[in-house]
Amino acid sequence: MAITSIKNLKEFSTANERFEGAHLLCPGCAHSMIVRELMNCTDDNLVIASNTGCLEVSTAVYPYTSWDTSWIHIGFENAATAASGAEAMYKARKRKGTLKDPDAPVKFVAFGGDGSTYDIGFQWLSGAVERGHDFTYICLDNENYANTGGQRSSASPIGANTTTAQAGRFSYGKKEKKKDMVAIMAAHGAPYVAQLAPNKWKIMAKGFQKALETEGPCFINTVSACTTEWKFDPKDTIHVTDLATDTLMFPIYEIIDGHELNILYRPKNIIPVEEYLASQGRYKHLFKPENKHVIERIQKDIDAKWEYLQRREEARV
Amino acid sequence: MSRGVLATEKRGMRELGAEEHVGWDEVTQGTLLPSFEKEVDAAHVRPEERPYSDFNSYTATVASWRVIKPVYNRDICIDCQNCWVWCPDTSIVSRDKQMLGIDYDHCKGCGVCVEVCPTNPKSLLMFGESEETEAALAKWPEKKKKAK
Repeated sequence: MAITSIKNLKEFSTANERFEGAHLLCPGCAHSMIVRELMNCTDDNLVIASNTGCLEVSTAVYPYTSWDTSWIHIGFENAATAASGAEAMYKARKRKGTLKDPDAPVKFVAFGGDGSTYDIGFQWLSGAVERGHDFTYICLDNENYANTGGQRSSASPIGANTTTAQAGRFSYGKKEKKKDMVAIMAAHGAPYVAQLAPNKWKIMAKGFQKALETEGPCFINTVSACTTEWKFDPKDTIHVTDLATDTLMFPIYEIIDGHELNILYRPKNIIPVEEYLASQGRYKHLFKPENKHVIERIQKDIDAKWEYLQRREEARV
Repeated sequence: MSRGVLATEKRGMRELGAEEHVGWDEVTQGTLLPSFEKEVDAAHVRPEERPYSDFNSYTATVASWRVIKPVYNRDICIDCQNCWVWCPDTSIVSRDKQMLGIDYDHCKGCGVCVEVCPTNPKSLLMFGESEETEAALAKWPEKKKKAK
């Protein structure tokens, strides 16, 4: 596989961009940072499928396309299905010898938001991974249905104010915990599963390259800070993502073959979660005295999860 | 106003919605809206040399979204490429490991590039959209001393 060098940023920056500007994503949206990075870290041909979501509606506005590669969109839930179908077709045609350029390397990638990955496309994704198609699924996790106005999804964390789990006099926002999608996908036995963040560009690019190289279904959950629904200033996207990874709200780790867990980033100073919560408008209500217990619970959950990850890494099971 | 570095005739040649096209409900089945006019291996061709078709969003501009714009100061820049890797709008133009400048046709003025710039003073700063580049460069702040 032809890989773009990611030894340092200067070398990485010689990549030829294949994701065009003038898409309609919000200013400061992390979606396009992640998509750009994936498309820059390889120069193989890419076949990309997108679920419905912010990324899909903003990059394919009739009559424009922002993709310089093959790109498929079918329905809300089936980017994984589209990618696996394209992959099966490619294999069949390769076997029959009807491909125009059989030696050209092709990689299959599917993008989905958290709504279409955690909720609506869950069974389709599960099916595609179980069938073992050779593709990479990347979830752009912004923890709500940002495209339709910020409804709660099963990726929304506890305490977040969303339009369908609103904070107010009787409620502190979403009451349920976030679904652990990475563990679910690892339990499928996928050869490479990871959680990555765009602020650590090198770890993310390495993870992407590893996933593209690995044969079989790979799943990557990426943190995509949403300026509109998380309610912070567009310029602070990277700062908020930094806080997310340094407070361990989003630990960065990979799971190989469903059991070998590696922590890819250990923050030097672990920041208390209050700082992450205070950087966003959606957690504003948690700082009222009556909601103090929610912050304590979030911190407790984070500590437990970090402890669990470290033990898993040590135990190698 | 300047359209930024490496602007080709096609880049950002019209506002979104200003293009002439048949309505989406008049499009016949099997209509093709290709990204390029002829087949091209985009991974190995520089953007300014690609045969973009009118359906590529490269030919549209979102410059009217901006109220503030980043201005680039070549004298201070160390070519670290932080702005390049984190620009959400493919608007930082880098060639041969060098940062050349900003693509003002596609920049939305989010300000991420300014935040991630590590130099002192910053080599990218946000100014009002109507500010001329020379006037902005003349106003550049001095190097900040570390507080002891």
